[in-house]
Amino acid sequence: MNDTLNLLIGLAMGFNLLALGTSRLPVLIRAVAIQGVLLGLLPLVLEAHALDWHLVLITLATVAGKGVLIPFMLTRAMRAAGIARELEPFIGYIPSLLLGAAGTIAAVAVTRYLPLLPEHAGNLHVPGAMALILTGFILLIGRTKAISQVCGYLVLENGIYLAGLLLIGSTPILVEFGILLDVTVGIFVIGIIVDRIQRAFDSLDTRKLTALHE
Amino acid sequence: MNPYLLIIIPLIGALLAALWPYKKSRPYFLPAVGLAHTALCFRLLAKPPAVDPVAWLAFDPLASAILPGVSLLFLICGCYAVSFLRLKEQDNRVFVPALLLVLGLLSAGHQARHLGILWIATEAVTLACVPLIHFSGTPKSFEATWKYLLVGGTGIALSLLGSICLGYASLHGGGSGDITFAALLEHGPNLSRVWVLTAWVLLLVGYGTKMGLAPMHTWKPDAYGESPGIVGALLAGGVTSVAFVALLRIKSVVDAAGEGVVASRTLLAIGLFSTLVAALFLLRTRDFKRMLAYSSVEHMGILCIATSFGGAGVWAALFHVWNNGLTKGALFLSAGNLQRAANSSSIDNVRGMSKVLPRTSILFVVGMFAITACPPFGPFFSELLIVRTGLGAGHGWAIGLFLLCLLLAFFGISRIVFAVVDGRPRLYKSNPALRKESAGLILPPLILLAASLWLGLFTPDILRDAWSAAVLQLSPMP
Repeated sequence: MNDTLNLLIGLAMGFNLLALGTSRLPVLIRAVAIQGVLLGLLPLVLEAHALDWHLVLITLATVAGKGVLIPFMLTRAMRAAGIARELEPFIGYIPSLLLGAAGTIAAVAVTRYLPLLPEHAGNLHVPGAMALILTGFILLIGRTKAISQVCGYLVLENGIYLAGLLLIGSTPILVEFGILLDVTVGIFVIGIIVDRIQRAFDSLDTRKLTALHE
Repeated sequence: MNPYLLIIIPLIGALLAALWPYKKSRPYFLPAVGLAHTALCFRLLAKPPAVDPVAWLAFDPLASAILPGVSLLFLICGCYAVSFLRLKEQDNRVFVPALLLVLGLLSAGHQARHLGILWIATEAVTLACVPLIHFSGTPKSFEATWKYLLVGGTGIALSLLGSICLGYASLHGGGSGDITFAALLEHGPNLSRVWVLTAWVLLLVGYGTKMGLAPMHTWKPDAYGESPGIVGALLAGGVTSVAFVALLRIKSVVDAAGEGVVASRTLLAIGLFSTLVAALFLLRTRDFKRMLAYSSVEHMGILCIATSFGGAGVWAALFHVWNNGLTKGALFLSAGNLQRAANSSSIDNVRGMSKVLPRTSILFVVGMFAITACPPFGPFFSELLIVRTGLGAGHGWAIGLFLLCLLLAFFGISRIVFAVVDGRPRLYKSNPALRKESAGLILPPLILLAASLWLGLFTPDILRDAWSAAVLQLSPMP
């Protein structure tokens, strides 16, 4: 089980670096979508000994949400705005990559000192979650286009989802579903807002949102 | 059954309001549902229902100590909304149901005894507020909404991560990963310390963002400044109190895990920092609605400071939640009247309002004295209690800094309020209908101010008992 787990999470961590290094929005959206699908498959791997319809439903919903629905909405918002590139990020692509790589190494190193249950020690589960959360923050802070920031938020959510999987054996299924639903709705609303902002500003550049200040 | 009604009634109201075909009569849903909610809330307060310790949602002592105040604020704001929406041309098909949805979700959040339910309620409230904030539809309100969503969304994400860490603390300590507060408290000393502290930091940042503690307060001035006054009143008096209740419940778990000292210290630090930041920005801002936002940051800081003093401090904090909610509500509603009449909220454009809107101006000035803790209004008594508790607990320097911040805040707020009220009025181009002071726009803030005065002078025993019961629930040891 650990091999498959490490493979999926390792791949997802690889897509972190792709997301940090690209200036092209379609690549960014696709990287985040594939990352979401990889992580969406994890419940099946983690609970392979106790497969039931709850689990399959959760997997389906996660994969559909993270891999299909949200990328579709983001692509639509991107076409509507007529932009395909993030040209002037706050944090450049090479510095973001270096930061992301350093963060990933630090996450792996720190995990050794955390008090973990035996089944969570020695695999990529916890360091993967930390690396994703960190990458999400770098994208959120370092990018200026609204769509890139939403992608950053998605990577952050992916990391938190991965952390939440630590509790999949113990937390009531109902709560997980609620969480899933909420996340989707949250992004949905953000997507609508992006749409509206674009109509009001004709560009998705959040740097132009500076009328409100002291 | 009754506690669930508090959630179900507003939700059904929201559904009906969304289906209701008539724009003119739709706003009446707000006072109607508000009245039913308040009546039920106070009935439950008078006759507390038995609390099932394992229930996920219950009208427990902590909920009964705060929720009736939020409900009362909503009722009065709902009455104001009827007159307010009559002046607006925009369709209210989204606005009215969203307000009712917020009430239902606030009730759920206050009563949540399960970390996951609490989080879902908070997230849903955050989302339900989105259409309220960009109600005016101007580019500035879009900007405010975007910042609100991005900062608020990140805060919400971090609080979920914190909840997961707390669950892991239980799992690692040999528990079942059950994240109801009752189970976490019972499991207290066994919780893994490292994970509890990680969770505390993340949850403090996450729910602190919702409360608007500095430095996570950046969304607040924009959102409060650009949304209608009634929305500001509910955000400042209702949504922040859900986040505060969340922090209180979480702190009791951290206390039970034996890390209460660390939690109190961080609360004191973040509270003092918020009060200081708010006081400094109050000296600088030139917009009277953004002023109210910074004042809200200040009062959230005060709540954290009071909570950090433990027992009696928490009692004072619960008292202050009521005072702050009602007084701030009066200020937001009267500020809304001023902004509509002057078509601006900057002191560069608005002056001499005592000639244009004499009654509202009086309310605004009196409200200013109330919120800056001048006797005999409620905030004076709760802040006095906080100062006494702090001195009694030996936090002399913290109280000194706290009083300095209050003084600076008084200078900042009075500077803006008198700039708006005094002087020769400008010629305002706005619609003359917006300059009328109908009873529906004056009475609600007046009632809120009267309630604040009444709370200060004659704090009812039923509320005192409710606050004491809540303190007892949070720290069972004497």
